[in-house]
Amino acid sequence: MRHTIAVLVEDRPGVLARVAGLFRRRGFNIESLAVGITEKHGVSRMTIVVSGDDRTIEQVTKQLNKLIEVIKVSDVSKNSVERELALVKVSATPQSRAEIIEIANIFRARIVDVARDSLIVEVTGDEDKISAFIDLMKQYGIKEVTRTGKIAMQRGSKALE
Amino acid sequence: MRAADAIIKALEKEGVKHIFGIPGGAIIEVYDALFDSGIKHILTRHEQAAVHAADGYARASGKVGVAFATSGPGATNTVTGIATAYMDSSPIVVMTGQVARSLIGNDAFQEADITGITMPVTKHNYLVTDENELLKTIKEAFHIAGTGRPGPVLIDLPKDVTTAEVEFDYPEKITLPGYRPKYRGHPRQIKKAAELIMKAERPVILAGGGVILSNASEELTKLAETIPAYVATSLMGKGAIPETHPLSLGFIGMHGTKYANYAVQESDLLIAIGIRFSDRTTGRVSDFAPDAKIIHIDIDPAEIGKNIEIDVPIVGDAKLILQELITNITYRKRKEWEDRVEGWKKSYPLRYRKDDEKIKPQYVIEKIWELQPDAIITTEVGQNQMWAAQYFKVKRPRQFITSGGLGTMGFGFPAAMGAKTAFPEKQVVDIAGDGSFLMNVQELATCVDYGINVKVAVLNNMFLGMVRQWQELFYDERYSATCLRCKEMSIEKIAEGFGAVGMTVEKPSEVEDALKEAFEIDAPVVIDFRVDRLENVYPMVPAGAALHEVIDEEV
Ligand SMILES: Cc1ncc(C[n+]2csc(CCOP(=O)(O)OP(=O)(O)O)c2C)c(N)n1
Repeated sequence: MRHTIAVLVEDRPGVLARVAGLFRRRGFNIESLAVGITEKHGVSRMTIVVSGDDRTIEQVTKQLNKLIEVIKVSDVSKNSVERELALVKVSATPQSRAEIIEIANIFRARIVDVARDSLIVEVTGDEDKISAFIDLMKQYGIKEVTRTGKIAMQRGSKALE
Repeated sequence: MRAADAIIKALEKEGVKHIFGIPGGAIIEVYDALFDSGIKHILTRHEQAAVHAADGYARASGKVGVAFATSGPGATNTVTGIATAYMDSSPIVVMTGQVARSLIGNDAFQEADITGITMPVTKHNYLVTDENELLKTIKEAFHIAGTGRPGPVLIDLPKDVTTAEVEFDYPEKITLPGYRPKYRGHPRQIKKAAELIMKAERPVILAGGGVILSNASEELTKLAETIPAYVATSLMGKGAIPETHPLSLGFIGMHGTKYANYAVQESDLLIAIGIRFSDRTTGRVSDFAPDAKIIHIDIDPAEIGKNIEIDVPIVGDAKLILQELITNITYRKRKEWEDRVEGWKKSYPLRYRKDDEKIKPQYVIEKIWELQPDAIITTEVGQNQMWAAQYFKVKRPRQFITSGGLGTMGFGFPAAMGAKTAFPEKQVVDIAGDGSFLMNVQELATCVDYGINVKVAVLNNMFLGMVRQWQELFYDERYSATCLRCKEMSIEKIAEGFGAVGMTVEKPSEVEDALKEAFEIDAPVVIDFRVDRLENVYPMVPAGAALHEVIDEEV
């Protein structure tokens, strides 16, 4: 089972190393990790996608909670909005260019760079959507892909704090 | 004021009386400030030993132990000591020097990323990059080390931070939004536990080092008597209940008593307190206490359910929880169970083959116990440690100090130094193997220098004995690299070379007198007991076997 875990941390040097190190050391499997600042000064939010059975997830949560700089850990796998962003650099010939733009439009993706023989497309959405988009781009020749890793937030008015 | 002076002043405020360490360029400023302080610094001969000494000091006294080291090699030498304290939840603060802030990351002379290196083996660590954060950091470090589940905290101090000017304004309060240890147990869970206890026919208490750390020994003994329930301890829990108490089963696990192991295996209720269910304690997990419901009391929620599935978890401080639990329980005799356990105790006492020619290591420990039952005992790691655990009947908490989690050879001797520094009036004895003793033998110089008059009983089998035992039993007696081939080595002369007193004892008939003499002498003494080289530790549960699958020796 995959779980998406949101972690609020004090924004201090070394905190990312501490969290990542914990996963490695305890043999937990990280699939993605995204970090950014929050609305509160001095507090960052990490979104970690981790796979494991219920016991593993319980240990992940408890071990994270033990870190001094961790303020809050919450499993946001259920009932949440999940997003990822990807930049895809795809080969484009005069013939294929229109097709790529059309597909991008269907995916509500944006062309953010145009060169003579390639395009960079920016796409956001849940993981499946991004994977589907990348899959479709393969036929044109993908030069490079970068994905941010997932961020997530639970629906409704309750907030993580 | 100079930051270095502020550091020392802060330590004084924290009540620090002793610091163990070795100076160097990066921490020289702090040492300069120490020069005028009332805090006594003990110059060890190795930073590893400084940390073990601080750890031994902490374990014996319950106070936070403190060690200093310089940057680079000084700092990296502390790692084994820090990891040892981490595994056994011992509260220490280690301060290391670091190169100046402008040089960090440049591979400067004697630079090591010690906060990076120690991240996995500290409860928390700090690199102070702003002198204005310095005092807050020290305050936090002591708080974190000593509260909740205790553990080591490291503070790395860049040289130019220690020379900076700061105002001495030591914070009274701490704000750590992510650190809120929970002390009170959940009342509903405590009720549930009490109900299970009242229903149980074969209750056993399993007590770990957490009982000692939370000073809950009295409560533990009272709980045991109130139920009544037999008490087995882990190695770290030795002393949680007096081992001469009729309800004590001694320690369980790989070399625990048979009756403790059997009682745990056949129990229908295990009340586990401050114990982390290490593999050396549980044996094969899938067959651990198969019929038992398990109540687990621990201050660290992450320990609950980590290795063993738990029926009733109670998170909080053992002392407070036991106080409450006791009020919910009444005495109910369980005659059948009592008879059964007493039967095991009679049938399977700890025993060894006596010998008039060769000194049996167990005999040496029995004699130490007879002569000095109140002594603080530290141990090294290996057979010596297991025999000490088996044959020294510990009376009180903090009397038995051993590296349980990391199993660090070379721990016992410097830890004895630390314990003796905390309690100069008490006898402190390191029960050692010859291999382990050599790992920090240089500290004899420290003992002589400061008149730290510990005694070391070396059970000298000229082997890395415990590894040899495994090779004998499981590797066809292929003694690969375990024979120390030291017939020519004189531990007596080594001791004398350092200015301590050395003795060599070769006959069983001389053991007692030698010990008596050593306990009389007001100096560090090392006794080289030439013991039976091939003696093994029994009973033994082989690694991966269940607790009741015990190998024993015919006696
Ligand atoms: C630092 C360290 N290195 C290696 C080991 C592995 N080890 C465990 S017991 C042991 C032998 C200990 O020999 P000795 O100190 O002579 O004690 P004995 O078992 O003979 O009593 C060894 C090498 C260890 N525990 N610690």
